[in-house]
Amino acid sequence: MDISLPSFLAAIAVMAAPLVLAALGETLTEKAGVVNLSLDGTIVLSAMTGFVVASRSESLTLGFVAAALTGCAVAALLAVIGVWLNQSQVAAGFALTFLCRDLAYFLGSPYARQQGPQLATLPVPFFSDIPFFGKVLFSHSLIVYASFLAIPCCIYFLYHTRHGLLLRTAGENPEGCWARGINPQTVRIIATMTGGTLVGLAGAAFSLAVKPGWGQPQGCEGIGWIALALVIFGSWHPLRVVAGAYLFGMLQLLGIYFQDSFPTIPAQIFQVAPFPLMIFTLILIHLSSNRKNRITRLFSGNPPKWLGRAYRRS
Amino acid sequence: MKTLVSLGHFLYNRTATMILIAALALGAVSLLLLTLGIAPTTIAVAIAHGSIFSWQKFSHVLSLWIPLLLCSCGLLFTFRAGLWNIGVEGQIICGAIAATALLREGSFGLPPALILTLALALSFFGGGLWGSCAGLLKNRGGVNEIFGGLGLNFVAQGLILWLILGPWKRAGIASMSGTDMFVKELWMYTPPGWRVAPAALLLALATFALTAFLLGATRFGLTVKATGNNPLAARLYAIHPERTGLAAMAIGGGLAGLAGGLQAACVYHRLLPPISSGYGYLALLVVMLANYRIAPVPAICLFFACLAAGSIQLPIVLQLDSALSGVIQGACVVSALLVHGLQKRHKGEN
Repeated sequence: MDISLPSFLAAIAVMAAPLVLAALGETLTEKAGVVNLSLDGTIVLSAMTGFVVASRSESLTLGFVAAALTGCAVAALLAVIGVWLNQSQVAAGFALTFLCRDLAYFLGSPYARQQGPQLATLPVPFFSDIPFFGKVLFSHSLIVYASFLAIPCCIYFLYHTRHGLLLRTAGENPEGCWARGINPQTVRIIATMTGGTLVGLAGAAFSLAVKPGWGQPQGCEGIGWIALALVIFGSWHPLRVVAGAYLFGMLQLLGIYFQDSFPTIPAQIFQVAPFPLMIFTLILIHLSSNRKNRITRLFSGNPPKWLGRAYRRS
Repeated sequence: MKTLVSLGHFLYNRTATMILIAALALGAVSLLLLTLGIAPTTIAVAIAHGSIFSWQKFSHVLSLWIPLLLCSCGLLFTFRAGLWNIGVEGQIICGAIAATALLREGSFGLPPALILTLALALSFFGGGLWGSCAGLLKNRGGVNEIFGGLGLNFVAQGLILWLILGPWKRAGIASMSGTDMFVKELWMYTPPGWRVAPAALLLALATFALTAFLLGATRFGLTVKATGNNPLAARLYAIHPERTGLAAMAIGGGLAGLAGGLQAACVYHRLLPPISSGYGYLALLVVMLANYRIAPVPAICLFFACLAAGSIQLPIVLQLDSALSGVIQGACVVSALLVHGLQKRHKGEN
């Protein structure tokens, strides 16, 4: 196995690509004040639709579009229940996550363990020849480039555009939205659906690129929960959230490396280990951020004021 | 007379709501099946056939009903206290581990009934401890109970794998199929032709009755409710929301642990990796569908258990994936949320 530094970093970028997309999608949603807890199921369902549509139509583009639409549709249903009907967003998210996962297994079972299309790597001409950075950043498949691009786009949108400001207002101070003549509920619904679209792409990134194929389990189960935890412990800032996503990618990769180095320890332990490790790393950072010093202040931040709370015009 | 009329109205409203939810959920699933070219009636017949048409099948349904009811009872406590206890799966696993720790050592020459009782008490304690961990993380560290519970689920999964493949491995070879069987005298009594131990059934029923009593008719139940409804106001009545929340998490975890202990002691007679089999998550759906009320819980548990047991046949009889039962269960909860939301909107509450 190639374990030089550039190939290690490149592998992290690939492993973390779907997680980056999903976590950014959830950041957008939560910044608008909506908690979309259906992430885990949405990723599984969109991984299935992406794979099935791509292999039946033999078009990867259609596969990604179908997955994105699936993510958007699930988010729309959550928005109807949690925003329009003012029901508990947490309850709606849970119910949808289990519904989506089982729907994926039920509808996808005829396609399990079948050969399907897979996104090819597409090195960027000229840039991929740069020593070190060429391998780390410029020799990937399109979805990995998309995950790179999504980071600055998300930050620019949230903090440097009028629409980004509106989205944040819907989460921080919906009354302020009203004062500007804009219905915060509409903003929230659109933000939830946009976030869901990114989550859908994350699903397709799994079944068409990172862990190609469909089966039960697909291998993307559990990632949605990690993405949700990242958003909360990354204190709702895209950059910190993404840093956490790469950390998890590294943990997963280390699991694969160590699995070969310690053949006496059962492989299952290495597959499960990154999940508790990640959650407890996040919890430790969170606990230590109560003490105020320069380093830990980097990790602390406040949730959007109206996160998870229904807004009703009084 | 007036009370009777209002009771009639109340029951009429509840029944109408239930019919609406069922119609919406089953309608949506039927539509999905029809587009796939499958007749919903064949599915209904297959599920009924696999769950209620023979005593043997029905006793299998009951064996699923017991852990589901126990976990749902635990969740009633935590939901009343306003907490999302996601760690039920981990609590089941810890209960099973605690019971196995005693049962795998044999009976020490003591009466088996005593050992079994001790093992079940241990499993309650083990699950309760795991539940309290999530509660403490919330109280002391400000970690949202959803993520504390989730993290502890992953840890419990790692722990059970390590025990089964490591220290408690089968004589000769470590295997994912579990530890060695307990000695026969420590198997809970199951009459021939039954797939469920009568004692476990009674225990589940007693637990439900106790839960209903504790939450509905005691001071403690009121304290838990006050904590969940308005922690700030609860403080004015000298109620400690943190302490009450922790107690609810411990009881909830304990009941889930008891479910795990029963799975190890009277269903599998050993510890195996999928011992929690998703009951923790399914119980969440049960309580949500019951709209967090106590009375409908046993019936919903029975309905969900019938679906789960009946769908096992689907791959054999109709070459369909058994995940269909999960689809129906999820669809029920989503349509319940929709119907309750629409009703509130109709009344002008939102």
